[in-house]
Order: sequence, then structure tokens, then C-alpha cells
Amino acid sequence: MSPMILNTIEVMLNGLMTGVMYSLVALGFVLIFKASGIFNYAQGVMALFAALTLVGFQSGQIPFSHLINVVFGTDYHNWGPGMNAFLAILLTMAVMVLLAWLVERLVLRHLVNQEPIILFMATIGLAFFMEGLGDMMWGANIKVLDIGLPSGGSFWWEDVTRVWATEGSEYYGMYIDVLDVWAAGIAIVLVIALTLFSQYTKTGRALRAVADDHQAALTVGISLRTIWIVVWSIAGFVALVAGIMWGSKSGIQFSLSLIALKALPVLILGGFTSIPGAIVGGLIIGVGEKLFEFAIGPLIGGATENWFAYVLALMFLMFRPQGLYGDKIIERV
Amino acid sequence: MKLKTLTAASLAATMALGAGAVSADLTFPSLSYRTGPYAPNGIPFADGYADYFTLLNERDGGIGGEKINFIECETGYNTEKGVECYESTKGQGALVYQPLSTGITYQLIPKATADDIPVHSMGYGRTSAANGKVFSHIFNYPGTYWDAASIIVKHILDQEDGDINGKTIALVYHNSAYGKEPIRTLEELAKKHGFNLTLLAVDHPGQEQKSQWLQIRRERPDYVLMWGWGVMNQVAVQEAANIRFPMDHFIGVWWSASENDVLPTGDGSNGYKAINFHGVGKDFPLYDDLQKHVVDTGKAAGDGSNLGTVLYNRGIYAAMLASEAARTAQEIHGVSNITSAQMRDGMEALKIDQARMAEIGLPNFGPDINVSCDSHGGPGQAAIMQWDAGAKSWSLITDYTGADREVVDALIMEDSAAYATENNITPRSCG
Repeated sequence: MSPMILNTIEVMLNGLMTGVMYSLVALGFVLIFKASGIFNYAQGVMALFAALTLVGFQSGQIPFSHLINVVFGTDYHNWGPGMNAFLAILLTMAVMVLLAWLVERLVLRHLVNQEPIILFMATIGLAFFMEGLGDMMWGANIKVLDIGLPSGGSFWWEDVTRVWATEGSEYYGMYIDVLDVWAAGIAIVLVIALTLFSQYTKTGRALRAVADDHQAALTVGISLRTIWIVVWSIAGFVALVAGIMWGSKSGIQFSLSLIALKALPVLILGGFTSIPGAIVGGLIIGVGEKLFEFAIGPLIGGATENWFAYVLALMFLMFRPQGLYGDKIIERV
Repeated sequence: MKLKTLTAASLAATMALGAGAVSADLTFPSLSYRTGPYAPNGIPFADGYADYFTLLNERDGGIGGEKINFIECETGYNTEKGVECYESTKGQGALVYQPLSTGITYQLIPKATADDIPVHSMGYGRTSAANGKVFSHIFNYPGTYWDAASIIVKHILDQEDGDINGKTIALVYHNSAYGKEPIRTLEELAKKHGFNLTLLAVDHPGQEQKSQWLQIRRERPDYVLMWGWGVMNQVAVQEAANIRFPMDHFIGVWWSASENDVLPTGDGSNGYKAINFHGVGKDFPLYDDLQKHVVDTGKAAGDGSNLGTVLYNRGIYAAMLASEAARTAQEIHGVSNITSAQMRDGMEALKIDQARMAEIGLPNFGPDINVSCDSHGGPGQAAIMQWDAGAKSWSLITDYTGADREVVDALIMEDSAAYATENNITPRSCG
């Protein structure tokens, strides 16, 4: 094959991998919107908060140490050498469940039956609160995240694909980041687990019932509050996974919350209520933006990915306003 | 009751702050950003800037017998908030502003000029402000982005035995006014030296750069330069390591060159280079004084762990240049309690040689400073430093060298003349 074709395949492949990373973020939005009709503006900050907490546990950092030291004139920073990644992930998950409980208890419970825009505004407030809380708990410095995931270009894949090029052509083999492959694998496991959970567990079925019709679910004795805690906890877990994957590339820092921006076109395209939509939407956005940047970007100055993702999503909306997999909303007067 | 107590406490605190502002003599505001996505870079700079002034107060009793009043205002690296900070602090006798943001600097250029308050945009802001005939109140010594681009190309010339004809240099840049600053200079230098220039824009914030680095991997440029900020830097260094780009051929501007930018990549960042206009580490006598008078006495702005990091040192350097300018102003005008207009005169007459740097406790920490009426860019000198991932430290690998003045000065003249025309400014005579 000519290097040009191989380069195009490489761009598509890397676009798919990037799309998976976008999907990981979008999944959290979908889960909460599906179960409660809330567009959770704080999803990006949840990813940041989860990742900060994970690194804090791993490194043995004392939460709120700066505040403690200022108030009491002490000089404490670490409680010990830290803990292994697995234990730190489990503890972080516990913190995310606690957070879900607090969100239900302090925010959602008081806003039942309010307009969606009120709930959306509440999540904006929650985002700013969590960002400040994360700063106070763990500090604003950039933290290195290492949970043992491999990263970097795959030598094996380079060697395999190098021989695909036409003989005599200058071709270095195809590039793929091993971390992206892991992210894809984790995303597949996550989607399967979420599907099995919602299809075959009592809580999962209750969750689907609430998603379909809140009122009907309440009449058969499903506790809306419990479902909210469950769904925010799952979204917290998804946020943790997204935080780990994105944080492994750049370190854990406050701009991590901006990854939410990459999920919006995915949601527009895939629909706000579909888990498969979040995955397929992510893949389409990832491949689409990378191919556009590869083919057209150099002709118009580059940096097309941010805006092209939205153009692509809006183009789909012209034909399917509810998104690829979203539920069609029919309101009768 | 609680609300009343809180209100009373707030009023008391406000009055105390106000009283502080009145009683102190030399006021240095600090437009810092300790919150938001860019806080990891803003905090060490702000700490260094504050700690140097604290040291002068504690050790020397201020500058020329006048105590220093240091006011910090949080901008969050947000231009609007930065302007609010300027407006709310200028009435307290502010002598000079260090906006620490190109966006804020652009907004302050006309405001500060009208208010007769100098601005020191040290190594950022509007490059052509180096022309003091047009920008009477804006200073950007010791160097500008255009100096940086030129000095980096000079370093590449040294690496390639003086011949880079036919070589390819790629610029990975933040897709903003800041990131685009070096393009014009690099285009001129490409014409002069015969290298090919590839431009690769990265959209804010720069979390995702796969396309740019796949292109670099395909096209294999000989060198990659970076004009990045925040998360863009860390991702770029990581991606360069991922595609196994030779790190000693990857050179960042001084805002892409802190420990924050290389530590997340671990060993993969070993050999990464960057340009810098001041010393690295804390092996300078001044740091002993900082430890003794500021850190050990609990008066440091931070917890003392930032001492010697690149951005902390930059804050120290900025504060040192400000205090030396104040000292110069006191000498010129024969008064210790100077005004902002007199401070401007001090900045314009600032001369710091290596003997003075040694007296300050920072021998060879930076190039000789020589500001004049027509050149607010100072010496336009910088050095190249390199990251050692094993030792987790930077080291300067070249001397401080100057830019290609033939190219850079012509561009400064052209751009500042255009600004003067747009804003009806008659360039002043510098005798």
C-alpha cells in the first residue's frame, strides 16, 4: 500500500482511539441525564475531583493539609508513604459514593419537581463548589498519576505495519498509543458491565424504569432518591475512569475539568439518553475531526478539531434532531 | 448574630488593609493567579514575587529606607478580572504592575499609560512595546518573544555547525495571540537561513494534540519549537516522548519550561530543552537569606517547597528587577518615597551589571540589564537550559546570548510604528 493510504488508516485508527476517550467522558453525562433528566455540568469537575482524590490517596497526602497548617501553625503534608493503586481506586470510589449521597441529600432532594433549567443551574454551582473543594483538599499543583498503565507508541504495531508499505517507500510504521488501546479495552468492559447491570440486576431494572417514567416508577415503590444516589455513584465511577485516562496523559491538574467540552459534540451526535450513542458518537467525532484535520487542516491553518467536532454534530442533528440513538420526544398538546 | 459578627470582622479587616496601604510607602501590587486551570504556574511565580519583597522588608527594612507595601490581587488568569485588579489597586499608590498575562497586558497598555503607571511585562505581552519611543510606560526587559525565537534559532545554528539550509523546523503553538507571536520572526529567519517552517496550531486548552504529533511523526522535522502554556505543555512533552521524538531537538519558549511541564512525562522528558532568561536552582547566596529571613520565620507566601523551581525563580527575578528600578528612581530623583512616574524613570534608566547581581546575592542569575528610553526590551538576551529527568533538575547549557538584532529590531520598528499610527501616538524623542 502507498504510505498515503497507510497514513490515512493511521489517522482513522487514532481518531477511533481518541473517540473512545471522548466517549468515556460522555458516558457520565448520559447516565445522569437518562436517569434524572439533569444535564450534569459538573461531570468534568467530577473527573478532576476523582483523579485528585486518587492521587492524594496514592501519595499519602493529608486532605486539607494547607488549611490545617495555616489554622494550627503545623507543617503536616503526608500521613505516610501512600498506598497501592488498587486500594486507592477503591477508596476513591467510596469517596465518589459519599459525594453522590451528599449531592442527593443537599442538592437534588430540595429540587424535586423543579424545572430542568433549575437543576442544570444547580449542577453549575456544584461544579464550582467541587473545584474549590478539590483545590482546598489536595492543592492546585500538577500531580503525576501512575497506576501502572503502559503508555507510549507500540513498537510491535510499528514493526507489523511497516512492511505493509510499498517496497522502497519511506514509511516508519503505524503509530498507536498503548494507553489509548488500554482506554478502548476499559471502555468496552465498562459498557458491557453497565449493560449487564441495567439488564440483569434489580437496581438496574429500577434505574431503567425511572429513566422511562418517573411517575410510574414511583407508583410501584421504586425510591427515586436511592436511584439518584446509585446513578450519581456510577457516574462518579465513570468520571474516575475518565480522569485516570486523561490524567495519565497530562498529569492531574485543574484543566482536566475542561475535558467536558470534548463530550458535548459527542452528546449532541449520539443523543443524551443512549449509552451506545455515547460510544458511537465518540467514535464518529474522533474519526471525523482527525480526518478533517489531516486532509483539510493544513490548507486552512490547522487547529480545526475543536470547532469541526461541533459542525459534524450539528450536521447529524439536521437529519436526526434527537441524536443518533436518542429518544424521539413527542409532546402532545 | 453570626452574620453581624462576620460583617464586623470583614469591616475590621477592610479597615486594617486600608490602613496598611496608607502607612506603607512603596506599593507593589501583584496580579497573581492562585486559582483556576493555570494556578500550578501562577502560584510559584506569585510566591517568588512576594517572598523577595518580604525579604527586603525583613532584612533591609525595605528599599532605601522605605518599607514595601505588597498587595496581591487574584486574577485567575482572566483578563477582565486582571483589569478589575488594576482599577481597584492603582489608587493605593501602585508603583508598577506585573500583569503576568499577555491578555491583561494588552488591556493595561493604554490605561496604565494614561494613569502614568509603568507596566513590566517581563518576557510576555506585546513584543513591540520594546520600542520605548512609542510605548513610554511599557517595559518588557530582559527579552521578548521575538528575541526568544531568534536565540533558539541561533542555538540550532550552533548545533548544526552554522548551516540549517534545507532543514525543517516545526512550531507547535497555542492557537492564540501569544502562541502566534514568534511566527513572523521565524518566517523572517527562515528566509534568512533557508530552513523550512511548519506551523502546527493547537487549540485551547491543548488536552488533545494527537493530530499535530502524528503530523510531526510523518514529516520528521529536524527541530520542534513550542509556544505553549498550561496543560498544552505537558501533553506536548508527553506526545513527543510517545512518538520518540529526540528530546534534545525539542525546544520550548520560557513559558513552556517549568518542572510542571516535564515531571508528568517522567524519564521520557529527559533532554527536553527550553529558553530561559534567568538562573535555575537555588544555589545562590540570596536563597540562604530567603530561607533565614522568610521561610524559617514563617513569612513565606507558600510552604517553601517551591524555592529554586523555574517559576519561583522567575518571580524572584521580576521582584528583584522592580526593586532595583525603584532604587534607581530614588537615586535619580533624590527622594525615597517615589511616585509611579518616578518609578517609570527608574525603569527606563535601569542598569544592572554582574557586580551588582553578586551584591544582591544572585551572581550570574541573569544577563546584564541595560534599559534605555528607546529600548524597553533591555538586553534581549537569554540562555538555553536542558532537563535532566534523572536528577529532576534544569541546567543552563549555554551562556546568555543576544538575538539577531537585524531581524528583530526591524520587526519591532514596523509593528510599533503601526501601533503608533492606529492610536495617534507621536513617538517621543529620546535625544
